[in-house]
Amino acid sequence: MRRIKILEEKFFVILSAFMTYSLIAVLAFIILVIFVKGFNALSLDMILKTPKGGYYYGGEGGVLNAIMGSLYIAIGATLIAIFIGMPAALYINVQLVRYRRTQNTIRYFLDALWGIPSIVYGAFGFTLMLFFGMNASLLAGIITVALLISPIMVRTFDEVLSTIPRGLHEASLALGSTRTETAFRVMFKQGFSGFITAVLLSFGRGIGDAASVLFTAGYTDNVPVNLDEPAATLPLAIFFQLGSPIPEVRERAFASAVILTVIILALSLGARYISKRYSKTNLK
Amino acid sequence: MFLSETVTMSDKETSSKPTNKSALPVLRVRNLNVFAGDHHILNDINLDIPRNKVTVLLGPSGCGKTTLLKCMNKLTDLYRELKVSGNILIENDDILNTTTNIPSIRQKMGLLSQRPYPLPVSIYKNVAYGLKLKGVRDKKLIEFSVEKHLRETGLWEEVKNRLNSPATSLSIGQQQRLCLARGLAVKPTIILADEPTSALDPISSKIIENLFKELKKHYTIILVTHVLRQAMRLADHVIFMCDGKIIEQGQPDELFKNPQTEELRAYLVDGN
Ligand SMILES: Nc1ncnc2c1ncn2[C@@H]1O[C@H](COP(=O)(O)OP(=O)(O)OP(=O)(O)O)[C@@H](O)[C@H]1O
Ligand SMILES: [Mg+2]
Repeated sequence: MRRIKILEEKFFVILSAFMTYSLIAVLAFIILVIFVKGFNALSLDMILKTPKGGYYYGGEGGVLNAIMGSLYIAIGATLIAIFIGMPAALYINVQLVRYRRTQNTIRYFLDALWGIPSIVYGAFGFTLMLFFGMNASLLAGIITVALLISPIMVRTFDEVLSTIPRGLHEASLALGSTRTETAFRVMFKQGFSGFITAVLLSFGRGIGDAASVLFTAGYTDNVPVNLDEPAATLPLAIFFQLGSPIPEVRERAFASAVILTVIILALSLGARYISKRYSKTNLK
Repeated sequence: MFLSETVTMSDKETSSKPTNKSALPVLRVRNLNVFAGDHHILNDINLDIPRNKVTVLLGPSGCGKTTLLKCMNKLTDLYRELKVSGNILIENDDILNTTTNIPSIRQKMGLLSQRPYPLPVSIYKNVAYGLKLKGVRDKKLIEFSVEKHLRETGLWEEVKNRLNSPATSLSIGQQQRLCLARGLAVKPTIILADEPTSALDPISSKIIENLFKELKKHYTIILVTHVLRQAMRLADHVIFMCDGKIIEQGQPDELFKNPQTEELRAYLVDGN
């Protein structure tokens, strides 16, 4: 009997360890492949120049247009999503504490929104754009991506806020805080690491998504300087270059993927640092 | 500095001066009923809380002690399933049947819970928090007040060199005293303490008990405890509850020496 228990324990420890490490290995492998394949094409030109004539046939230039377009769209959309998502998540957890059923209904809808494929958001953004008589532009891209990532922002932040002990909430109210003061001075502070995670996830989803910007942001070889100009994005740059019959151009697709990956990795490191730094005072 | 000192001194005097007011109960509960669906959690509670005394609430687990305290500072608002009716009067203000300025009603009551919940800020800011809510902007006055309340709870010597460290870096016992100091800073009339020592070691518990003996000179204390010895050491007035009803209340020596009801007798026997 004991022997069986020991064996069973061993089996599951090994199994779960194997699963964990193989997942990490797969991730490392993906990054490695992209780096190896894109390495030759990686150059300063790639990140500092926009495509020149004949770029898509192996000519001069880089993907600065897509880098800047992606950053503009992701940053703009993330800012809008913060503006919508932070108060919404605090509202669910502070103003609605009494109403558990309403909370759960809202969460259910947000989860559903989270699950909608981004091409649907793209189509919706496209319809909206036509309705307002807009062209494919930076602004339309930002709005569409903001819609795409807002549910992610709210739910991720909300998930952390909902784990804050009721006692802290009550302590804040007992001291005479209003609900708004409780939300912004206590709950936001206590849930700060969750807020950073929410921003990070939303940004990552926003910068990496191709389908939502396909019709709404358009594509251009220039760096947009106005909200009503079209904007290129990295995922689309990868898509177009990868479809090329010319090997050099396909290599550049991988180099663009490396750039996208590095942006996201750098961001998550930065976010980790910030969240560590500002949640030192938090209740564990 | 001088000015701020006089301000706080005069404040304190108005709240604690033993005038003819001191004979009157500071808080009166009349016909309080709390339901959660069909469950009658508090059943026709009537009681008077004497001023500047320690009132101990005793009773078996689940009898409604915490709920009673939550009614007193309106934290029952957070639970929609709780239906509260009756009157709770603080100095003739009925706090249950008003919607005006709930935060200022809550500030009349300092809350000390079973487990300390320091705010996610520094030690200093925890104590300053209530003052800032009240709109105090004068840095000197805040500093003075923070020191005063940290001294009042015997924490000053232990933390004066690390006021800016996170409150969570303190031990649990220290955190509980910090929460007390934080509550005192908003100048409550009553301190609601819900098993404040149940998560603490014997020495920290002793410190809190001794603090209560000091604090009752200026505040009224309502203490829930399961430790009978603690009740005997501290109580000036005892309320014994069972199943949402008040079974007995009165002077501790009478109550503990010859309990009138079977429930209290059984509770005292099991407790010792
Ligand atoms: N929000 C609520 N919804 C439903 N029932 C509740 C709620 N809050 C409290 N109760 C019930 O009311 C009764 C009294 O609870 P309360 O927490 O006041 O007991 P207590 O005397 O403080 O017990 P303990 O000594 O264990 O802390 C319990 O039966 C509890 O289940
Ligand atoms: Mg209780």
